[in-house]
Amino acid sequence: MAQATATKVGELAPPLELPDTEGRMHALPEPGEAPATVVFWTCNHCPYALGWHDRLVQVARDYADRGVRFLAVNSNDSERYPADSVEAMRERAAAERWPFPYLHDASQEAARAWNAQVTPHVYVLDPDLRVRYEGAPDADHMDPSQNASWLRGALDAVLAGEDPDPAATDPVGCSIKWK
Amino acid sequence: MASAEHVPTVELLWWEGCPSWREALAMLEEEMSAAGLDPGALRVTEIRTDAEASEEGFAGSPTIRVDGRDIQPPRGQPAGLTCRVYRLRDGRISPLPDREDVREALRSAITSREGGG
Repeated sequence: MAQATATKVGELAPPLELPDTEGRMHALPEPGEAPATVVFWTCNHCPYALGWHDRLVQVARDYADRGVRFLAVNSNDSERYPADSVEAMRERAAAERWPFPYLHDASQEAARAWNAQVTPHVYVLDPDLRVRYEGAPDADHMDPSQNASWLRGALDAVLAGEDPDPAATDPVGCSIKWK
Repeated sequence: MASAEHVPTVELLWWEGCPSWREALAMLEEEMSAAGLDPGALRVTEIRTDAEASEEGFAGSPTIRVDGRDIQPPRGQPAGLTCRVYRLRDGRISPLPDREDVREALRSAITSREGGG
């Protein structure tokens, strides 16, 4: 499959409509519906995604009362990586009581449309669904005290109607497992 | 190193889909030097395909073996092109093994057959 156009800061986010682990469909909010939206690629088996996960969960909880939406997406090929099967995703999300839906991108079309590269790969959208931040949650997956500071800073900026700084960082993690 | 000491075979197996292998290589070379081993003797093998992963019993990148033994044996992890999930001694999840585990594996291999061969 040809590589889709990369999603860059300043561009409108590509559409996203995927089922969660219970088969319910989720999509981006309508423009103007949410003050900010976080879409991030993750998976069950990558040590980088696992290392950052608790920080991402805490950000979702901390910003929930400000109306920020979170969508987690797993695009890995689950035939070659059974740890990323929808069943394994369902078990994990339920056991850990995730505060956001865990979406299954079985066709990998969403990952290609967004040009997601690794897990985790984080995007912050403004109310118009324009990408305002793209990259890693913070500077060090091994240091919990980093507290997802890049993501929090981007959200604070978007909620204040300002430009995030930094607006883009290099995503660090395991490559998406393409079919 | 005294001539009676065993010189272990140290291997690093890696896959390009996981970025931690360069850090693993640097750590391994440092620890080999610290243990009195020649880092130039490190055997570095890139795993490129599922078939190679299966043939090598490669459970993910990076994999470090000392005298053929994985320094943190994967339990029930099938062979394949993936990233290893390590647990550090403080309980944190990491894409790299704990440096102390590397050190201990090297030390143990060197001394376990010291003088015995």
